[in-house]
Amino acid sequence: MSESNHTRPKSTRENDAERAPRAEGAGDDATGDVVLRLDGVTKRYGTEEAVTDLSIDIREGELLTLLGPSGCGKTTTLRLMAGLERPSEGTVELNGDHVAGEDAAFVEPEDRGVGVVFQDFALFPHLNVRENVAFGLTDLDDEATDRRVDDLLDLVNLAGMGERAPDELSGGQQQRVALARSLAPEPDILLLDEPFSNLDVRLRVRMREEVREILKEAGVTAVSVTHDQEEALSISERVAVMNDGRIEQVGRPGDVFEDPESRFVASFLGQAGFLSTHIGESRIETTIGTYDHDLLRGYADQYVGATVDTLVRPDDLRATPANESTADGHITKRQYTGPSFVYHVRLDNGDEVRCMHNHAERFEVDEPVAVELVADHALAWYPTE
Amino acid sequence: MTVRDRLIGLAEFGDERRRHRAIAALATCFALLVASPVIWMVVRALGAPPDAFALLVSPGTLQVLVNSVVVIAAVSAFSVLIGVPLAVLTVQTDLPFGRFWTVTAALPLVIPEYIGAFAFASAFGPHGAFADALVPLGVTSIPTIYGLQGTVIVFTLFTYPYVFLTTRAGLLSVDETLVEAARTLDRSSIGALREIVLPQVLPAISAGVLLTALDSLADFGTPAIMHYDTFMRQIYVQYNNYAQPGYTALLSMELLVVVAVVLVLESRVSGDANAGFSGGGSGRPGSVRLGRWRWPATLFPAAVAVLAIGVPLAILVKWHYRTGTTYAGFAFHLSDVLHSVEVSALAAVAALVASLPVAYYAARSDSPLSTVVDRVSYVGYAVPGLVLGISLVYFGTAFVPALYQTLPMLVFAYVVRFLPQAVGSVRSSFLQVDDTLTEAARTLEHSPLAAFRRVTIPLVAPGLAAGAALVFLTTMKELQATLVLQPTGFRTLVTYIWKVQEAGYYSEAAIPALVLVGVSALSMLVLLARERYDV
Repeated sequence: MSESNHTRPKSTRENDAERAPRAEGAGDDATGDVVLRLDGVTKRYGTEEAVTDLSIDIREGELLTLLGPSGCGKTTTLRLMAGLERPSEGTVELNGDHVAGEDAAFVEPEDRGVGVVFQDFALFPHLNVRENVAFGLTDLDDEATDRRVDDLLDLVNLAGMGERAPDELSGGQQQRVALARSLAPEPDILLLDEPFSNLDVRLRVRMREEVREILKEAGVTAVSVTHDQEEALSISERVAVMNDGRIEQVGRPGDVFEDPESRFVASFLGQAGFLSTHIGESRIETTIGTYDHDLLRGYADQYVGATVDTLVRPDDLRATPANESTADGHITKRQYTGPSFVYHVRLDNGDEVRCMHNHAERFEVDEPVAVELVADHALAWYPTE
Repeated sequence: MTVRDRLIGLAEFGDERRRHRAIAALATCFALLVASPVIWMVVRALGAPPDAFALLVSPGTLQVLVNSVVVIAAVSAFSVLIGVPLAVLTVQTDLPFGRFWTVTAALPLVIPEYIGAFAFASAFGPHGAFADALVPLGVTSIPTIYGLQGTVIVFTLFTYPYVFLTTRAGLLSVDETLVEAARTLDRSSIGALREIVLPQVLPAISAGVLLTALDSLADFGTPAIMHYDTFMRQIYVQYNNYAQPGYTALLSMELLVVVAVVLVLESRVSGDANAGFSGGGSGRPGSVRLGRWRWPATLFPAAVAVLAIGVPLAILVKWHYRTGTTYAGFAFHLSDVLHSVEVSALAAVAALVASLPVAYYAARSDSPLSTVVDRVSYVGYAVPGLVLGISLVYFGTAFVPALYQTLPMLVFAYVVRFLPQAVGSVRSSFLQVDDTLTEAARTLEHSPLAAFRRVTIPLVAPGLAAGAALVFLTTMKELQATLVLQPTGFRTLVTYIWKVQEAGYYSEAAIPALVLVGVSALSMLVLLARERYDV
């Protein structure tokens, strides 16, 4: 992973402008102050390891997302950060102080200065919106509390809703109350546990923009947890992809998407296909054609003679009509996503790849097709499994 | 992350673990205390003299055993025959005024059985209201109410609501889409009811039958009034005669064995004790259309309501206006009511305090010990009040004479008896407080104690209040333990009613009996407000 990766995948390009002001220091090689550090943290429940030897730094002002499938340990990691779980091994540091670890007294969640937005929002049902938001403001007098609550309700666009009970609010409004409540005590770091998973799809897309704006306006450092790769890629400065209790890769969304360091990351982020590739003396050879060595990212001569798997995403490939003699493979499945089709193609050598086409280009299942590589960027590759 | 993981995670907290242990220890202590009367009864029975064992297998005792089994079998069967159709009619059909009939079908539960019994004895006995009304018509004798028939009729009419309520809750919890799925698979609405709904409701029905059976097994007032020998009546007579030391204890043990058999039978039928008990569910449109039977169908709930509510109330009112002989020694005093309120309030507070650790432990831990503690706290459900009372009398006279016939002893008996009610209410309240709420409070700079105070307590408060109210109201009408354990000169509503009833001054009992029915109706309201039917 390095700054040498200039091309960004199309799917995240529109976010670049938004991210631009923070681009400095947003990558994993950035140099902002570390707010929270996990160092070699392992968490066991009985004999089961939920998190294994995990280390990560969260830097001032950034929004980092822990992304992974369910059961990968991402929520446990978040709870370790919050102090809702104790690490079995390793240390947790908050603003340079040890708050958990072998040689440090465990700092309880209430003494850590962390805010948490829970998956189900966890609004106190016996308190109204104002009382919920004011719950963490234990040090302020009444007047200061009122002012702070007003400010926060303004921030989350809920001014005038203060007297409502939580169950009178829509999902999106509940989420904003939860956000305001967790921001009220001005936490050093805000932790969001699958914050959008309880919302319906349309609201989810709107709320993640809104939440992002609120977080930026509040200038808070935040860690969120999700299994939704689109959400992770669109709101975060950095993404940490987790699998089986470990972090597989940390980096800017574009870098991680485009240059996944492992097959797992490649498959988890977007649809992935792999081309069996032989690296020859002068060209690389695949079943759909031969290409320059430059096509492989980070190519070096020492790899000549090896057989590897090259990552191709649906937008890297195009299928064209062919007869049986010119075809590279056959359509096995057609996935209609609205504006586009994704065709699954089984190549003659058994490789499974996918091609994305606009909705006007139609192929039928079992139709023979030629497959053409149209990628305008270097491709990631992995040792053959 | 599963709830279990979280619980284990929580348990790993040092402080939390210590707190957890303290609560577990406290809960175990309370559970043992609650079970102690039964243990004492066993000890006492084992130490009975040999001739008492001989009495146990005497023809008289065997007759009592047979009588009791016949009664509970008959009452269970008739309760199902009344309760289940009523539940199906009110939940699953387009019966006119369904809500009204739901209330009338549940209401007989608020009339204590012994009051129902002497209302029936008074109405249908020789020279009773019914017999008197028939005389002008030339009918000079009616079949006697006394004996098996009267006992079964009274028990059935005043305990079938258990079956009705649990069946209703079971029906409401059945997923409506399952019925619709059956309909699309070519079943008629009746067929779907039989093949899909009833099998799922079976555990609920059997749970209701269990309550009915336990209640009829435990009550001695009704068989006493109906002159029919059952276990409870026999135990009461033996106890009062001090005839055979140990015999009472042995009889009680034998009764507990019958109770155990009933419990085992019930768990066989229901399998998973929790199934069908989920209550909840919303009102649904009748899925069986009664057609031209719609109006005639109302005759069934109406007839049951007339018998089980109309008759006793009419008799009580009639007594009140009857100018009968009054006896100065039986005058009803306000102090009787105050005594009732006093012991009931004490019992409510004590049961609530005892239920807190038990309920909290049962709700927050899934260790085997917590399950055992939870189950043991239900001993009071199964042990009849009279057996419990007698066991405490033995214990008191043998070990702590200072406590014998004192208020603390009586209150302890109530706590053992009604702890399950408090635990049920309190536990469900704790379960409704999501872990994340207290976690949220922790991350908002509240210590565990502050979080408990500001979040958990306000959220469980209504449940605690309901639990306490329930114990208060049921203590008010408790007869059996009260009769045996009441401090000398400490007369309460129920002991007053029992006394005047035994002496035959029925008219004196009218007002206190109506007060009691009112009190019971209140406890029913508390239950219905909580939308939970596990009485």
